[in-house]
Parts: sequence; C-alpha cells; structure tokens
Amino acid sequence: MADAVVSGVGAGLDVERVRADFPPLGEEVRPGVSLRYFDSAATALKPRSVIEAVRECMAEYPANVHRGLHVLSERATEAFEGARMKVAAYLGVDDPAQLIFTRGTTEAINLVARSWGKLSLRPGDAIVVSELEHHANLVPWQMIARETGAELRYVELTEELEYDLDAFDRLFDDGRVRMVATTGMSNVTGIRPPIEEIVRRSRERGARVLIDAAQSLAHERLDVAGLGVDFAAFSAHKVFGPTGVGVLYGRREHLEAMEPVLGGGNMVLRVERHRAVWNELPDKFEAGTPPIAEAIGLGAAVDYLEGLDHQAVARHERALIEHAHQVLGAVEGFRILGPRSTAGKGPIVGFTLDGTHPHDLSHLLDRSGVAIRAGHHCAMPLHARLGIPASARASFALYNTTEEIDHLAGALGSIKGLLRRR
Amino acid sequence: MDDPLYREEILDHYYSSPYRGRIERPDCVCDLENPFCGDQIHVELTVGDDDRIKEIRFDGKGCVISQASTSVLAEHLEGASVEEALKLGPADVVKLLGMPLTPTRMKCGLLGWKAIQQALKPRGAATV
Ligand SMILES: Cc1ncc(COP(=O)(O)O)c(C=O)c1O
Repeated sequence: MADAVVSGVGAGLDVERVRADFPPLGEEVRPGVSLRYFDSAATALKPRSVIEAVRECMAEYPANVHRGLHVLSERATEAFEGARMKVAAYLGVDDPAQLIFTRGTTEAINLVARSWGKLSLRPGDAIVVSELEHHANLVPWQMIARETGAELRYVELTEELEYDLDAFDRLFDDGRVRMVATTGMSNVTGIRPPIEEIVRRSRERGARVLIDAAQSLAHERLDVAGLGVDFAAFSAHKVFGPTGVGVLYGRREHLEAMEPVLGGGNMVLRVERHRAVWNELPDKFEAGTPPIAEAIGLGAAVDYLEGLDHQAVARHERALIEHAHQVLGAVEGFRILGPRSTAGKGPIVGFTLDGTHPHDLSHLLDRSGVAIRAGHHCAMPLHARLGIPASARASFALYNTTEEIDHLAGALGSIKGLLRRR
Repeated sequence: MDDPLYREEILDHYYSSPYRGRIERPDCVCDLENPFCGDQIHVELTVGDDDRIKEIRFDGKGCVISQASTSVLAEHLEGASVEEALKLGPADVVKLLGMPLTPTRMKCGLLGWKAIQQALKPRGAATV
C-alpha cells in the first residue's frame, strides 16, 4: 500500500518530499502515535519556508511598516508590500492596490457586507447565498439585510445536495438581486458550485458577485480577473500560511466608492479636528498596524503554491478523494454527506457513522493520532437541511496519502467495535 | 484502540442507564442544549419534604460523554440534599467520571451537571 502512495498515486507529485516540508507530519503526537492530519479544511499545515519567513521577519526586521524611515522599517515595508504583489500575481490581479489585507475571510466578507452593502442595498433588494455557505458568508449578510431592509435568499440544493442552477435562476425572477455571495467549495461536503456560470449569470443580470474562496484556494487557483468577479476573499491559514491575515479582492471601482469600516492610522491622508480625508487604496481599508509578519508569511505561502506542479497536485488530490469515498464508504454504517460521486468536489468528506456521535468519533480517532473535525463546521443551515445537528469531517491536502486514509478507515472500524453495546 | 473514558461502565451508563426516563410529576425540570455538537439534555427531579432529592431522570440525545455523565451524576445525587447537589462543582463531575476531560469535551461532560444545577437553583434559593 505504501508503495502505491509514492509511485502510483503521486504520478508527478513526490508526496514524501512534500511531507518533509511540513514539520508535524511524521512526528509523534503522543508516545508511539504519529500524526495523521485530516483537518486541513479547518487550517492547513505550514511548510518550513512559511515558518522561516515569519521567524525571519520577527527576528531580523521586526519593525512597523509604511512610515518608518529607518532601514528595518524599509525592509518590513518592502516584504509586506511584496507579499501583496505575490498574492496579486497568484490571483491574476494586475493592480495590487485592489487587494486589502484583512484578518481573514470572515473580516473580508464583513467589510464588503457593511461597506458595499450600506452603499448599495435598498429595502426590497436581495442578496443571494446558498445552503452550502459557511457562517462567515451568511451572518454578515443577515446583519446588513436587517439594517438596510434587504432580503436574504437561499439557493436550495438538489435532492442529491448538488448546487442547483435552476433554483439559482429562479431567484432572479423579480429583478431585485444585487449581490450573489457564494462559496467556491463547501467546507462540509467539498462540493464546488459552478462558479463560472454563477459569475456569468449574475453579472448578466446586473448583480455583483463575491466568491468565498476560503476552501477552494488551497486546491485550485482562482483567476479573479478572468472570471470577472467583483469581490473575492480568502484566509492565509487555509493556504498553508499563518493565521491572522487574509485578503479581500475588490474591483477598483467598488473599492473607490466604498467607505472604510475602520478608522484610525494609515487609512487617512489628512486629519483635521472634525474630519479626515481617506487614504488611497489599499490603505483606505487598512486602519492601524497590519499583521506584518503574518502577511509576509502569506507571501511565502504563495511562493510555495507557485512552486507546485498544480496539475500533479490536482491529480493527487483527486486520487485521495476517490480513495476516500471508496474505502471509507465501505466501512459499515458510514454515510457520506452530499453526493456519492466525487465528480465536481474537492478533497473533503463530511460524514456520519451510524450509532456514533461525531464527538465520540473524533475523540477516539485522536487516540490513534488521527485529527478530524466534529461539529456543525460553522454551517448550521446546511446541517439543518441535512437533518442532523453535527457531523464528522475528514479533509485532505496535498501532503496526505492514500495509506493514511486506509488507517482512518481501519480506525473507524475499531471504534465501531469499541463503542458497541455490550 | 482503547480509551479509559469509554470503559464498559461508562458505555453502560450511555446505552442502558436506569436513570433514563420520565417522572410522572417532577418538582423541577431543565432542558439544555450544546449547539456546538447538538447534545441535548432534559432532566427532571423530585425533591422530598426533607429537601433531599428523591428521584432524578433524564432524557436526551448526544455523545457518550454528555449522556453518560448525566447518568453518573443522577446515580450520585439521588438521596443527596439539594444543598449538597448545588455545591457539586465541575471538578467533582470530572472526579466521578474518573478521567480528565479536554476543554472541548468538558462542555459535553458538564451539560447534565448544568441542567441539574439550573433545575435545582430555585429550590436552593428558597431554602437558604
Ligand atoms: C468556506 C469558508 N468560508 C469562510 C471561512 C472562514 O474563514 P476564517 O475563519 O479564516 O475567517 C471558512 C473557514 O472555516 C470556510 O471554510
């Protein structure tokens, strides 16, 4: 089995070499038990290059950015703005000023909802989301809907829990949709909504589109310019970077028209006693000292992504999800949330195991070094739709192997035995 | 795979607790829920004139720890005075379970305890 991992499945991706880049892999999480990490959808592991970039910043040039005139501050500013340029190149954005550093996806979406929403939404207008969304792409819209008198509409999934473009179309019948905010990949089922179609149809009908790329970006490039999206958001920590920083992309015309949400230093050109003049983009939306080391770490994470053979990674991840559906699906009582087919989904398996609560599962899996997640995964409306309060989730990244998935399947089997009613 | 938390005694409390059920005319009840994992607990108690807990019954859905810990507590508290029951703290619950709990699992392990506390609280105040 182990041989197949390296030579067969990888075909082009040297998984063992990738694994060596990520320190906790191969280490023992408790005596005699080594880590099998299936929680990358919550946060991805960090390669050594990212850790080193953060360390270097903190140890060698721990200065504030922008207004310092000494050498350390200049170095910090250069690395910080360099990170923005790297992200821009990765997303196909020609003007880095259209990228705002935020605390993460959540803050980025809140920024759009509050600032763009306040500017553009009128009573009776509609915001379209789907049943797949993470709370980060729901609650900010609920809040601004309540404030502006706008209405939140849900794209209902099909019986098979696939994204339903017909249901999507119907929401436009009355011509009131102003914003379509959609996830690029469900963090529970791994389903990838048809982003290109969603963007095309939304824009044709005069609605703005926001892509929540928090899950998708670790698995596929997002061609922001090519797609023609209005806004996109992601978090560094899910693309192998540090926590505490993320990015909002916005079209320049929107960002120019929008008011800042946070006031303070850096976001102003001039401050008088009773008024202030906003700074240029992107600073207008970056009040206060930004997460400097974290953004620089994100830059290193983007370098890491750029260095990968994306086709090889995609093939490897496809092999992982197919293997997972096959061997986990064979465990007695295992139920996959969402379609059984792996077509059109990312490497995420949401599941339940008959007769066991996800919390007990995750607790017991941890005994054998297996890290999965249990709970509602910040997608309570989706769980309500599924009719369950909680689920378990195994999520994979480029450093996982089919052999690890076999281990998970075996562990699930023994848990069923352990929890059997005697 | 083995885990002392999921030992036979605890699984017995989970699968076949003698304290699972309803009381015809309870003196106090409480419903609690842990929205994070969907654990639900309903507890009912009867209290005698001597202020001692006569009967505790619970019902609910959830993980082994949330359900079994409620059962373990019911076993421990039947016959105890309301005052004694209200004095019981989280550390005592952990001691009864016989295993330390991680911070996340603590929420599961203390759900039944919280429900019993809340059910009894009005009584405690009345007797003081
Ligand atoms: C699809 C999706 N959107 C948004 C978020 C929120 O990301 P963050 O917590 O980094 O802001 C997550 C994280 O779990 C996610 O999976």
